[in-house]
Amino acid sequence: MKEIVINPVTRIEGHAKVTIFLDENDEVKEARFQVTDFRGFEKFCEGRPFYEMPSITSRVCGICPVSHLLASVKACDQIASVIIPETAERLRRLMHFGQIIQSHALSFFHLSSPDLLLGMDYSPMKRNIFELIEKYPEIAKRGIFLRRFGQQIIERLSGKRIHSGEWIMPGGVKTPLSKEKRDMILRDTPEALKMIQVTLEEFKKSIERFRDEVESFGNFPTYYLGLVSEKGLLEHYDGKIRIVGPDGEIVADNLEPTKYFEYIGEAVEPWSYMKFPYYKQKGYPAGVYRVGPLARLNIVQKCGTPMADKELREYRKLGKNGIVESTFLYHYARLIEILYSVEKVKEMLEDPKILDENVQAKSYASREEGVGVAEAPRGTLIHHYKVDRNGKIIWTNLIIATENNNLAYNMAITQVAKKYVNGKRLDEGMLNRVEAVIRAFDPCLSCATHTWGRMPLSIHLYDSRGKEVDRLIQENLP
Amino acid sequence: MSERIVKLIIDGKEIFAKPTDTILKAAIDNGIQIPTLCYLEGLTPHGGCRLCVVEVKGNPKLMTSCTTPVSNNMEIITNSPKLIKYRKQIIELLLAERIHTCSVCIANGSCELQELASKFGVDHTNVSRNWERFELDMSHERFVLDHNRCILCTRCIRVCDEIEGVHTLDIKRRGKDSMIIVDLDEPWSASYSCTSCGKCSAVCPVGAIYVKGKPLSETKRKELPKFITERRRR
Repeated sequence: MKEIVINPVTRIEGHAKVTIFLDENDEVKEARFQVTDFRGFEKFCEGRPFYEMPSITSRVCGICPVSHLLASVKACDQIASVIIPETAERLRRLMHFGQIIQSHALSFFHLSSPDLLLGMDYSPMKRNIFELIEKYPEIAKRGIFLRRFGQQIIERLSGKRIHSGEWIMPGGVKTPLSKEKRDMILRDTPEALKMIQVTLEEFKKSIERFRDEVESFGNFPTYYLGLVSEKGLLEHYDGKIRIVGPDGEIVADNLEPTKYFEYIGEAVEPWSYMKFPYYKQKGYPAGVYRVGPLARLNIVQKCGTPMADKELREYRKLGKNGIVESTFLYHYARLIEILYSVEKVKEMLEDPKILDENVQAKSYASREEGVGVAEAPRGTLIHHYKVDRNGKIIWTNLIIATENNNLAYNMAITQVAKKYVNGKRLDEGMLNRVEAVIRAFDPCLSCATHTWGRMPLSIHLYDSRGKEVDRLIQENLP
Repeated sequence: MSERIVKLIIDGKEIFAKPTDTILKAAIDNGIQIPTLCYLEGLTPHGGCRLCVVEVKGNPKLMTSCTTPVSNNMEIITNSPKLIKYRKQIIELLLAERIHTCSVCIANGSCELQELASKFGVDHTNVSRNWERFELDMSHERFVLDHNRCILCTRCIRVCDEIEGVHTLDIKRRGKDSMIIVDLDEPWSASYSCTSCGKCSAVCPVGAIYVKGKPLSETKRKELPKFITERRRR
């Protein structure tokens, strides 16, 4: 069997490669998405005090540290048996909206726009943000503005743009929001709203050009999983887990996020450092589900803010029964979430309660287990810790947002490779489409590489003509 | 000149000091900065970290300025390339001996070792690092003892002994095997002598002893021994 290897996959966060397997007729048989770096957080956190976990695990990711902080600190709140002050929750949510805006802007403008605007077949040397700045300076400026807007929310709350580990702490947050800082953020919101609206309009106009991609970029039925609020609205911080089936029916609702292990199974494959979560009730791999912006918009009744709801109604026309299947439309969903987040930031800041100074409850270890779940930009993120009676971590499990989509990545790249890659005649544009579908998911692999115990080491032996004659996989080694 | 005043030269500057003063004190009193780590005003000098070493004319050895008394006509250099080289090496060795990964350390941003490393431009270690892991003692209701971050400066031992007066903390073993212990090497929660005063956490220069669940920036009080000893003298 012949293999085509794309290594590394570019313009994503983290390291991965794609291997495409061809059959005797040089037709694509299967494609695999392999995560090639390894980190080991779940192991080296053992032995540390539980309240250090937010700052340690936020280092999982420099793009979405706030999401890790939140999932982690929620697990710690449980261990400390503490109910945090209302404004502490408001401030945590506010910071998370900053996170979602900046991360989504990074994904859409900096990483994916070169494909969307310059074209999938554009010279790979120039298919990047710099060429975008040259050719479409207005769009690039919008991307930079929105990302800065999000980053500044984080900075104005905590004093740091990334890794604000000390600010978010078990029991609440370290310091309240000052009136000056509140006004500084509010001042930028009209501009941010305008920029995301213009971008949405442009994207909608361009969808016609991407008819092929919408059809073939990971366009398949799966389950969708994520948090929803009590009223079934879009939720990124708290709420209950809802799972929606391929036809839009709610297959499970009101699931307790802390009992994720009752409905999410985790499989391991020998060829990737990333775990393969699946919906337990449907088994592996039939229980493939997706998370993230596309999934979130598929599981909610509505967003809960006027402008985003208007956009959601229009967006849903692209799907059936309110379910949008095409992975390509993650981009669209991401833009709607930016709009929603900016609206929410404005709404929260206009409420004077945001300035309340009671933002910290005292906390000591009193329970031996805690699970924190939050909706990271890339989807449902789970931190699960067990501690000894002194609060020392003895066991951890992390399910990173990106991992949830692992089965779907492999289905999506296989679908794209089958349509675009011709084993007899390769060109770069074909392979870029395989990468582009991965970018649509916006994976963060540096976050997601968390397998422990089964190292996917493999040794391949090729003959002089490049034909593989033997391979050893560590699992099978004596 | 009165016999009770000595004259000396530090970095080419002529200064006067009391014969009981150390080189470090004489330097500080005259606005000359010498880097320190284990030294803390209000506690007996220990001379352990060796960061405050200086060159004394006529003496082939480097002297720790925190423990060496001044004498008449002493000529001292505090900042030669040789001294800077040694200080950098000391910082490197301290960083290499236990697990000092700033990014995930609770002391990040409030750490004196980190501050020194950044001041001297030490961004890596040339010796291989010792990754041996030590169990944390988290048994105390309020404090944590994390040997993984300890640099054995003994500030905690001295403050416990000299200021609080209970001598709960001490050191066991020698050399690289040295470890801070509580009473006769017991879990902290079992200590009879500890008054839970928290002075050890207030003076720890790194993240080795700290208050549970509190940012270090809120609990560090480096000036505390000086403050207390001055009040006692009154």
